[in-house]
Amino acid sequence: MESELLIEDLECVYKKTSALTDTPLHYCPGCGHSIVHKLLMEVVEEMGIQDQVIGVAPVGCSVFAYHYMDIDMQEAAHGRASAVATGVKRVRPDKYVFSYQGDGDLAAIGTAETIHTVNRGENIMMIFINNAIYGMTGGQMAPTTLSGQVTSTSPYGRDTKQVGFPIKITEMLALLPGAYYVTRQAINNVAACRKLKKALRLGFENQKLNKGTSFIEVVSNCPSGWKMTPVEAMTWIEGNMFPVFPVGDIKVSK
Amino acid sequence: MEEINKTEARLMKGNEALAEAAIRAGMDAYFGYPITPQSEILEYFEAEIPKRKGLVLQAESEVASINMIYGAAGAGARVMTSSSSPGISLMQEGLSYIASAQLPCLVVNVVRGGPGLGTIQPSQGDYFQAVKGGGHGDYHLIVLAPSSVQEMADFVFDGFRLAEKYRCPAMILTDGALGQMMEKVVLPEEGSLPHTIPAWATNGKPANKERNFITSLFIQPEKMEMINIGLQEKYKQMQCEVRYEEFHTEDAEVLLVAFGLSARVCQKTVELAREKGIKVGLLRPITLYPYPTDRIKELASKVDFMLCVEMNAGQMVEDVRLAVNGEKPVFFKGRMGGMIMSPEDVLEEIESIIEKQSISA
Repeated sequence: MESELLIEDLECVYKKTSALTDTPLHYCPGCGHSIVHKLLMEVVEEMGIQDQVIGVAPVGCSVFAYHYMDIDMQEAAHGRASAVATGVKRVRPDKYVFSYQGDGDLAAIGTAETIHTVNRGENIMMIFINNAIYGMTGGQMAPTTLSGQVTSTSPYGRDTKQVGFPIKITEMLALLPGAYYVTRQAINNVAACRKLKKALRLGFENQKLNKGTSFIEVVSNCPSGWKMTPVEAMTWIEGNMFPVFPVGDIKVSK
Repeated sequence: MEEINKTEARLMKGNEALAEAAIRAGMDAYFGYPITPQSEILEYFEAEIPKRKGLVLQAESEVASINMIYGAAGAGARVMTSSSSPGISLMQEGLSYIASAQLPCLVVNVVRGGPGLGTIQPSQGDYFQAVKGGGHGDYHLIVLAPSSVQEMADFVFDGFRLAEKYRCPAMILTDGALGQMMEKVVLPEEGSLPHTIPAWATNGKPANKERNFITSLFIQPEKMEMINIGLQEKYKQMQCEVRYEEFHTEDAEVLLVAFGLSARVCQKTVELAREKGIKVGLLRPITLYPYPTDRIKELASKVDFMLCVEMNAGQMVEDVRLAVNGEKPVFFKGRMGGMIMSPEDVLEEIESIIEKQSISA
């Protein structure tokens, strides 16, 4: 009784964004998806565009994103989120459309759709969560898995002579004239999250101005797949992911 | 079928008549990729749509096309894609998702000879793929089989209408000959097939409404089974849409069963046979799914035998045999790999069957 009174007296300075549903997240403790979902929906709420956004979820850990984001969404086949988003945007050009994909989805099975969506300069925001592993299927090697990184399908470490190198698809996409804004952000600390949130907002703002594709890579984590605690995973991002996937804007068009 | 106002006669290729009909049917968007023998469809849209209304986009692959279709259909647009056999194979994953997510769309398969890269000549070798689902899981497409350039145009309207009525992908299963040949066609009138954005579409969630989401993922088996039961219920309801055409079946002793281009060949065979005093009739299924099983079963009691004629190794004949259920003999005559049988070939087959039967009798 006393504690309830106490809460009533407090001024609310922070709360969950209304653009997220109350469905409990299925993500593992410490997973970057939860952070990116929250930041993305905060931007939607702050811009007042909840009724004008259509999202496209991928196959992978974020396959259930439509359970958490309180907006109209479509769930795409593996790798095809940007093609689905193209279909939505082409028939609803006045709406804000984003695709949300992981590294296996966007940079392996969906590489062709990724490249051609950006090359057409589709006026959408593509969000690319890079955690260097296939999380949903249990920690297999991804196209962005680091050289020597141990996964369930590279148990002796990624052998680049056999299976190639971690693909820097974001840098590749920046070469395309259709790419208007290309950036790589991260979720490893509060400052990084703030920068990421700004980038996500810019992605929607560019869309309103009909500028072409905004491509936002997020260097994220997978504590379960990496077999680390959440804190260890954040530290591992800094020590191992950043040297290969450096954070910062890659292309900012004028 | 609803009567559509028809006003204008033209001499057109099947592929072009189909494309023109799609514009007149109020198609919002077309996504496609070039492949012979159907590239005229994409070319026609690229030339016409900028001058008229709608949207056309040449995708980077058939895989991309069908997923663009998924997105645009999910957003509530009237959408269409087309391809030919190898390209349709690439679309099968997407079609399974579209069927499960219950999105309406129209897919045109201008079939060429296979398997593999095959040939660019006409074939009916994709019958199984079209009517038995084609991709993974238990689902069906609504399948319409035109046999003239006129029907290439008309069935676009029927395809959109049925797809939207049942929230189910519809396919026009035609072939390279019908796509390429020129015939007189009376084009349906523009604006006769109204369309509004459905309530289930992902079109931006209004503040006072639940969000919409389009998905084919139902991870709990109990839920997935319910979705499957719902789909099967829908397929049962569709059975009332069965369409077929009969030619001289009243007194027929021999029944030919053929669809599409083969049915045109068989129509001539019926005439040739009757000139020789052999009472041959023809049943042409127009909807390949749902299939005119009941009518074939009825006719089985009236004829001596049936001969199924197809441009493949014998695919629809299996459905004819299921319908006849052993009551009468069902024979098969086919050509493969892009070859078309002649009316005389079919007549010769009928005469040879009659001869063998009279010997054994």
